[in-house]
Amino acid sequence: MTEKTVSEIVSRCEALYEDLYFNAAREWKAAKPGRKVIGFMPLYVPRELIHAAGMLPLGIMGGGDNLEVIHGDAYYQSYICRIPRSTIELGVSGRLDFVDGMLFPSICDVIRNLSGMWKMLFPDVYSKYFDVPQTYRDEIGGEFYTNEMREFLHDLEGIAGRKITDDDIRASIAVYNENRRAIAELYALRQSQPWNAPASEAYLVLRAGLVLPVEEHTQLVRDYVAAASAEQRPVKDNSRVVLTGMFCEQPPLNLIKSLELSGCYVVNDDFVLVSRWLMDDVPTEGDPVHNLSQAFLHRSMSTAAKYEPNEAEKGQFLVRQVRDANAEGVIFASTSFCDPALLDRPMMQNVLKAADVPFIAFKYAENSGQMQPIREQAGTFVDSIKLWSAA
Amino acid sequence: MKPTTAKKPAAEVLKDDSMLKQKAMMAAHYERLSSAPETGAKVCSTFVPGNLNELIMCFDLVNNLPEVNAIQSGLRKQSGGYIMEAERAGHSEDVCTYVKSDIGMMMKGNIGPNGKELPKPDVLLLSYTGCFTFLKWFELLREQYKCPTIFMQTPYMADGKITKNMIDYMVKQFKEDVIPTLEQVSGVKFDIDRLRQYLAESAKAEDDLVHVLQSAKNKPSPIDAYFGGIYYIGPIFGAFRGTEDATEYYKFLREEVDQRVKLGLGPVTPDGPMAEEKYRLVVEGPPNYTSFRQFWKMFYEEGATVVASSYTKVGGTYDLGFRHDPSKPLESLAEYCLNVYTNRSLPMRIEMLSNYINEYEADGLLINSIKSCNSFSAGQLLIMREVEKRTGKPAAFIETDLVDPRYFSAANVKNRLESYFQMVEQKRSGKGIAA
Ligand code: SF4
Ligand code: SF4
Repeated sequence: MTEKTVSEIVSRCEALYEDLYFNAAREWKAAKPGRKVIGFMPLYVPRELIHAAGMLPLGIMGGGDNLEVIHGDAYYQSYICRIPRSTIELGVSGRLDFVDGMLFPSICDVIRNLSGMWKMLFPDVYSKYFDVPQTYRDEIGGEFYTNEMREFLHDLEGIAGRKITDDDIRASIAVYNENRRAIAELYALRQSQPWNAPASEAYLVLRAGLVLPVEEHTQLVRDYVAAASAEQRPVKDNSRVVLTGMFCEQPPLNLIKSLELSGCYVVNDDFVLVSRWLMDDVPTEGDPVHNLSQAFLHRSMSTAAKYEPNEAEKGQFLVRQVRDANAEGVIFASTSFCDPALLDRPMMQNVLKAADVPFIAFKYAENSGQMQPIREQAGTFVDSIKLWSAA
Repeated sequence: MKPTTAKKPAAEVLKDDSMLKQKAMMAAHYERLSSAPETGAKVCSTFVPGNLNELIMCFDLVNNLPEVNAIQSGLRKQSGGYIMEAERAGHSEDVCTYVKSDIGMMMKGNIGPNGKELPKPDVLLLSYTGCFTFLKWFELLREQYKCPTIFMQTPYMADGKITKNMIDYMVKQFKEDVIPTLEQVSGVKFDIDRLRQYLAESAKAEDDLVHVLQSAKNKPSPIDAYFGGIYYIGPIFGAFRGTEDATEYYKFLREEVDQRVKLGLGPVTPDGPMAEEKYRLVVEGPPNYTSFRQFWKMFYEEGATVVASSYTKVGGTYDLGFRHDPSKPLESLAEYCLNVYTNRSLPMRIEMLSNYINEYEADGLLINSIKSCNSFSAGQLLIMREVEKRTGKPAAFIETDLVDPRYFSAANVKNRLESYFQMVEQKRSGKGIAA
């Protein structure tokens, strides 16, 4: 077997990323009669349950900077972020016509309202607002969440026309554990050799996981890690940064590249959080739904769209990310008009100030074109980090 | 344009028993708040949608509502400065201006509408109902006040129904988290019979409020259910639900309104009673508070009365049948929170607005879209088209902000309204909707 090169893998991921008709998922569906595809938006859904039903979970992250939004703007005022309008564009332009269901995770009021709009616009497609607890005690939030997942499973059984057993779910958990491990290896590589695994490539590799079957994606991530670690790319005098705020509306690929060009090694980030949301292996013994719930309650990532019950813990997740990745600063890149990210930011900045971590902040939209100001700002930031650390 | 309000001095308006009573109630409340440090009263900050006033009262806590403070700052034209203050301190220009008004006010010494400093809260009761911004807002306040913060999640009514899982989740939060923490903060033991008593009191006031709101089905409508409605909902959405004061207020109000119906009178406006009702509107969305009177005037000068509005349902959808029920106190509080307007799915909102247009025989729908507020604004353009389609009545869209004066352009709003009224006229004379 010949090994794939980095550029082969990355070009494949890039093609998947650019394909706004989701042909990979269409082909998967067409390959066997009765196959179903369930779309989901950021931030997180338990893809294990969809997989256990024999279906393909398909991540829909808006239209990016290549989609011409023709109809979507008629649904939203100018002061609302872009992801809902480009997602509607994907829907009304028929690009999602093969999708058998859509999930709208509980992330903010915009996505929440979009779930109702979807019901109005596509009344024949299953759509669900996927509510999650923002309280994390087992007997309160845990029980609510377990029941919500059971309700969802019941819906999935209706769509699949078959029962989903606990063993099915356990098997799917095992498959996703594998995927999470592969992605953890990718992040480990980025932290140890960021020159060999640039963020712009890693981002594409992660994005591929939204459209490919998970088993195939795990292999792809491993192939990339193997190929990238074998490379000998030049080591630059870049600064190591953590990038945060991109958990929902996606940055244009150019934005990530621009940050790298201006001298940043992005050593941690909140790209495609669904793939890293659960931080460790989910146990494959015992009640699988309970296990998924436990992982969600006690071992999931922190982000602006999540309530932090403990004041002292606020922002510490980010500080730990900085420390663990040996980063020198943080870049807050938030979507324009994004209430969760932008309201959270001042609190996070206060925590960083107290922890002596430098940061910069800017806003973007999925279709931002002008990268010059961002490049300049990031360049200045990198220079100041270097000056500061040299002092 | 011919003014359609009869000239009567505003002073006469203020003689209405209900208005005098509300004023006195509000003043007493702010006094209770600002004197809390001297009296030793403990303060609980919380939100209007899904507010748990009856429960808060069970612990002798004084209820402080940052949203109402932001409205007061808006009405007193101070919110603009507060918002700038918050932005200078690093808050984004893109986010909810209620939050920034509150934070700016805090930075400027937290002076309440009575000119006195508002106390620091002893507890933040984060009732997360119908708006994600609430989460961040109280995380921001908690950062400043370092006080206990109770989180109370209301699941979203996405499928138009309340499930057992939702109620169980909420009741459990009450029992295992909210109530024990409130006991701890206040030092007062929870007494469920006391709660029942308050809930029974609430239900009485709710009956009368619904009677008042539905009086707008009369022609002419004796009330304006948006601009006037905001005053009418004040006590029940705020710190008074469950008190005898509120019951009495709504009793007075009901009598006054019945009297106006009997006499065939229109609503009372700041310039006196409206003389002629030319247009009947349903309004969706919050109002603008920084130019509230000017905004309202644009309606009553044209003879436009709002006969129903969604904003007056953010603190409860009593007109759709919900009543606080002392026989199942905690479940009832849960149902109350679940039912508030902002916790309703888009299809439910559309149905509600379409029904209002039909039931109140309105000429159409007007949407005031608020730059700040994703909870209301995201999806309103679809709401507009769908309600238009279902009712066959014209709809119009204006854009302002709640408390940020930078986003209120009087000339634009007035233009839009004038062309909307023309559209209604054309529709009436059978000429169809002008493009
Ligand atoms: S970008 Fe922010 S505001 Fe927009 S949908 Fe996503 S989380 Fe909500
Ligand atoms: S976003 Fe809207 S509902 Fe939420 S606090 Fe702001 S104004 Fe209120």
